[in-house]
Amino acid sequence: MRRHTLILGGTGLFAALGFMLTLGAWQSGDLPWQEKTTSSAARIRAADLGAMTWQLTSHEGAPVNPQDWLGQANLVFFGFTWCPDVCPMTLLNISDWLEELGPDADRLAVHLVTVDPERDIPEVLADYLSNFNPRIAGLTGTPVEVARAVAAFGVTYRRVPREDGDYTMDHTSGVFVFGPDGRLSRMIDLHEKPQAAVPKIRQALNQEE
Amino acid sequence: MMKQIIAGLGLAALLPALALAECAEVSQGDLSIRAAWSRATIGTARPAVFYVTIQNNGSTDDRLTGIETSVAGMPMLHETVMTDGVASMPHATAIDIPAGETVSLAPGGFHGMLMDLEEELKEGESFPVALQFEKAGEVSIDTEVLPIRAREAACGATP
Repeated sequence: MRRHTLILGGTGLFAALGFMLTLGAWQSGDLPWQEKTTSSAARIRAADLGAMTWQLTSHEGAPVNPQDWLGQANLVFFGFTWCPDVCPMTLLNISDWLEELGPDADRLAVHLVTVDPERDIPEVLADYLSNFNPRIAGLTGTPVEVARAVAAFGVTYRRVPREDGDYTMDHTSGVFVFGPDGRLSRMIDLHEKPQAAVPKIRQALNQEE
Repeated sequence: MMKQIIAGLGLAALLPALALAECAEVSQGDLSIRAAWSRATIGTARPAVFYVTIQNNGSTDDRLTGIETSVAGMPMLHETVMTDGVASMPHATAIDIPAGETVSLAPGGFHGMLMDLEEELKEGESFPVALQFEKAGEVSIDTEVLPIRAREAACGATP
């Protein structure tokens, strides 16, 4: 009986110690997932097309390298065509911005990188994107190629299984605005109004190469 | 002749207004439900979406606890949530409809997700969705299928 109490007491002490250590780590931001969040934000800010080395395939089946995009302003965003809410909304927002930019949109390239390469093969992307502004190009690849490219942007994505055996994807939802020099100029958030978004794009368009 | 032209012009001016006003509205108990719409789908593999506006005219809170429709095997309520710039779409077990307030299921927030589609949703068609409320009970509304590029109800969500 006495021994029992001792063991229980010992377990409780360990649990308390573990809790305090975790609490301490949490407060100082040392836990692995906290670290990932900060480094992801830092990597996004440092995104530089000129320094990236990935290769993907366009919705038309052509190979695409980040260096192909240098010398022009680029919008890059991440999503997947099975997404019912956020992705159509982003595509529609971008269509509005392109309209607002008028002839200046000719100097801009727009790319949707899928985070769901299993389902979004080039033909599927082409079919889906044909419903939106024709300036928006799609990019996919093997799961490894996509993971490499997405990581280069500091973007996070995660496969979330659904109850019926299907799955959906969580992913970074902002739009990256790159200047002609390949460096990240600004980010545009999901809920930003065109009045805020379009000047950010114009700023990137007017940057020196 | 001139009269007919004027009458014709008058009618033409009236038509868009009529189209705008043609928004199905269903009332039950304290709730008014309107502007139910969805987007056309490509095939049946992808989930479709369901948006609607719910007005609570009463003095007691209600909750939307689920949706049912014949076009999808697994319709669910979801919410788009942003955490550190990452969009996720957790299942919403219920959506509060507070007394005296209007709550919209709209792009970028709460939405119905119609999974396991039984049929392709074609632009111009409509289908019924039954909304289950904690207090008002079940309310069925006709849901318009709008183009894949639609961003709001064709009839305008605000009265």
